Amino acid sequence: MLGMRAMIVKEFRELVRDRRTLGMLIVMPLLLLVIFGYAANFYVSSLKTAVVGPQATQTAKMLPPIFDVTVTEPSDTQADAETLLRDNKVDVAIVTGQTPLLALVNGSNLFAAQSAVAALNKAGNQVKTQVLYNPDLKTSWVMVPAIIGLILTFIGTIITSIGMVREREAGTLEQLAVMPIKPSRVILGKIAPYFLVAAIDMIIVTVLGIALFSVPFNGNPFAFALGAAIFLFVVLGLGVFISTVSQTAGQAIQTAFFFLLPQILLSGMIFPLEAMAAGVRWIGYLLPLTYFTMISQGIMLRGAPITSLWLPFVVLTVMAVVVFTGATLRFRRDLAPGRPARPAEQPAVTETVGTT
Amino acid sequence: MTYSVRSATVRFGRTVALDDVTVEVPAGSVVAVVGGDGAGKSTLLRALAGEVALDAGLVEAPPRQRLGYLPASAGSWAALTVTQNIDFVAGIYGLAGAELAARRAELLDRASLTPAAGRLAAQLSGGMRRKLGFVMAIVHQPALLILDEPSTGVDPVSRIDLWRLASEAAASGAAVLMSTTYLDEAERAAHLIVLDRGRILVQGSYDQVRAGFAGVVTESGQSVRAEWAWRRGRVLHEYWPAGNPPAGATTIAPDLEDIVIALSLARRNAVPS
Repeated sequence: MLGMRAMIVKEFRELVRDRRTLGMLIVMPLLLLVIFGYAANFYVSSLKTAVVGPQATQTAKMLPPIFDVTVTEPSDTQADAETLLRDNKVDVAIVTGQTPLLALVNGSNLFAAQSAVAALNKAGNQVKTQVLYNPDLKTSWVMVPAIIGLILTFIGTIITSIGMVREREAGTLEQLAVMPIKPSRVILGKIAPYFLVAAIDMIIVTVLGIALFSVPFNGNPFAFALGAAIFLFVVLGLGVFISTVSQTAGQAIQTAFFFLLPQILLSGMIFPLEAMAAGVRWIGYLLPLTYFTMISQGIMLRGAPITSLWLPFVVLTVMAVVVFTGATLRFRRDLAPGRPARPAEQPAVTETVGTT
Repeated sequence: MTYSVRSATVRFGRTVALDDVTVEVPAGSVVAVVGGDGAGKSTLLRALAGEVALDAGLVEAPPRQRLGYLPASAGSWAALTVTQNIDFVAGIYGLAGAELAARRAELLDRASLTPAAGRLAAQLSGGMRRKLGFVMAIVHQPALLILDEPSTGVDPVSRIDLWRLASEAAASGAAVLMSTTYLDEAERAAHLIVLDRGRILVQGSYDQVRAGFAGVVTESGQSVRAEWAWRRGRVLHEYWPAGNPPAGATTIAPDLEDIVIALSLARRNAVPS
């Protein structure tokens, strides 16, 4: 009994010193509660809608409230409507001037599409519904492009940070610090292999996704590769950053988990962003995976050109620059020499014996 | 060429790790730094290596291209073989091809590591791993070689090997600064520095240190003043800073260990030695 008491006291003392674990124990349940409470919602209650064709104005007024009409263009055609859908500007486009009305649904936004189809079905024969980009509303079609991003995030943050922190744990970082090699070259040399492995992984997952789940690849593979490369820089930068705030591999994994969990839950990969409460949704817009998912789903499913995906491309590029620069600066500080090495002068040699 | 730190002061928060320390390391000689845990040995070495910023003072060291450093940690990459470790470091210093092969073979031979060339660093014994770290630190023939406790935790035979390697590096012209907890190693150095809580207690050649030592050390079975006495084997040694031991006490010629302990006690007991 006495022994157990000593053990309990010792364990508590250790726990109090381990701020990161303590933080996880306290913050994680709160975070999960809030996220699941406000974000976990598959039902999209508001659908961005475009109405085109001769009777666009009248039709727009007659639509049930779930259709949030953002575009009303009587002069636009079905082709214009499809462009709006491909560019992900709207979830639904209603083409007037024919009987029944034609409703085009953006199948790459799975849950919005499901809500739209359910709402449109209530109109019966008045509307002919056509789901684009994912006609069977398959979950795998929208998940595979997102999972590619998740895998890159996993390699980028967890694997990279462990690889970097291992140098610190082994004390070899100290050796690198005195060698004539620039910190930026240490970083680039260290992450290049992870970049390559992640790129190969991405190709394997993409090809397997296409082969196993018949996920289409409608867009430009080079645009996709560019997006993936920029995204990889963001997550590799995150990995380097995590390694600079961690002393051990365990701490690095813990910290990487902090970054990984919100990306899974809040990037729109599982729960649709538009169905989240505004108080939680903004977090999703801070996460790199959110933007990569926009790019990968856009290119793979909708065949969206790079011009219509400029926003996620720009956001990811800014993130890559900010995260990578920040991580490099922090890493440089870790490797920082106490002084710039300079050639020695020739001081006088004095043999002294003295006490102080 | 002499490398040095002059009037160096380093603080970590409220702890003064180095307090106005001046050390010179001339080319072609081995300078040994001794002192207990927390004396400031590693900080002094890292200051000279440029890894610790000075709060005050000046460092004169060669450019990194000409600096060799063996840290107190493992000093090699565990998942690489002996050869791969050497090749990696040599690559950073721009050594390649036949030049690298010749240098690697020579160093492996001198360190008796040739039979272990293909083994992973993680599989080496403590002594072998330190020798590998040493080889990696001198692969580019540095002008200044800094060795942080190269022999701590190493078996006696490997200790002799390491000392021989350090002497050879000095003989070939390098300035060698090494810290050690073994006073017999320090006695062999051309110049030794005794650090205690960030300050230099004494420095010079072993003979100079002995000659400059003031006061008297006595030997007895029972100490007169416990705070001035320490155990050496079966007897107690006691320091008399003013040179006034009681009548009849047995005076002895202090060795380096006695001198280091006596000077530390003098500082601790706040009496000028």
